Amino acid sequence: MATEIDERRHLSWFLQGMRGIFSLPALILMASYVGFSAFALESGLSRGEAVVMTLSVWALPAQMILIGTMVGKAHIAASFLAVTLSSIRMMPMVASIMPEMRTQKTPVGVLLFLSHFIAITSWVFASRHLRDVPRPYRVAFFAGFGMTLTFTNAVIVAISFGVVSQFPPLVAGALFMLTPVYFISSIWASAQQPVVKLAFVIGVILGPVLAVVTPDFDVLYAGIGGGTAAYLIDRFRRKRAQRSLRTAQ
Amino acid sequence: MEEWWTYIVIIVAGFLATDIWRWLGVLAGSRLNEDSEALYWVRAVATALVMAVTAKLIVFPTGTLSHSPLWLRLGAAGIGFGLFLASGRKVGVGVAVPIILLIAGLWWLGF
Repeated sequence: MATEIDERRHLSWFLQGMRGIFSLPALILMASYVGFSAFALESGLSRGEAVVMTLSVWALPAQMILIGTMVGKAHIAASFLAVTLSSIRMMPMVASIMPEMRTQKTPVGVLLFLSHFIAITSWVFASRHLRDVPRPYRVAFFAGFGMTLTFTNAVIVAISFGVVSQFPPLVAGALFMLTPVYFISSIWASAQQPVVKLAFVIGVILGPVLAVVTPDFDVLYAGIGGGTAAYLIDRFRRKRAQRSLRTAQ
Repeated sequence: MEEWWTYIVIIVAGFLATDIWRWLGVLAGSRLNEDSEALYWVRAVATALVMAVTAKLIVFPTGTLSHSPLWLRLGAAGIGFGLFLASGRKVGVGVAVPIILLIAGLWWLGF
């Protein structure tokens, strides 16, 4: 009897996660994927290839880079290297979600499967909403959102493929700008700890600067170097606050 | 074989190249405790990485936007962020304002 109630609760949290598909971030991502399908068509991919790529890679920057190297007829090893460099960021993104999402009993296999659905949009969604979900149901909640988001966008690519081969420049420009400005405001809004805001500012500055200095490893250096700098500055700040608290007592 | 080759590239150079890092993230993250020092660092690195990618999308865009002036993109994003902060961190404001400014600017420049 108890397990039956438990299962029903899991289902209800799964559905609750699914409802996230109507949120602003999900709608913005869908608009971006309409733009992606136009880009894929322009680059000579078939509808099936564009859909399989969306389902299996599920990271918009990586998909753009992969198509870019395929159009340039790069060797498969060169494509792999370019894509894998851009996807290294997945590791800290996934790692930072895990302690909040899992329970002691969550099987690793389930987490490995669900990690596929973590990309920037679902990472931001998880950072914002997981803390409001009771811990035993967080996996169900994320699964509901993440899987729905991925499959909906695959359907959007399938439907919009070929419908719009080229947008008017004004619309194409606005579609392209949606993703970065959405990331800027939603990541700042979901930042609870000062260290995240610090890393945000340092990343914004270092990204374009290092793109000029070391174009091949810019994002990697900006992330590891900038993130470590933010952590050290924040740690210094926390230690000093602790010390002044102790002397005040 | 020829028609399957693209799918092989997508699976090897796309799916595997990306999901390896997700799997490593699960393995690394499962050892982290909430509110541990290591998690602070991991969060900082993840945020800096994502924001570096984001800032590059605005400063060095590909496609249509690469023909638009940098001051317009930076101005739209900067004013948008300012109003987003002033509005009490309303994400809708942070998205709508830069897009409206960008469209108005592009239209004014005769795009």
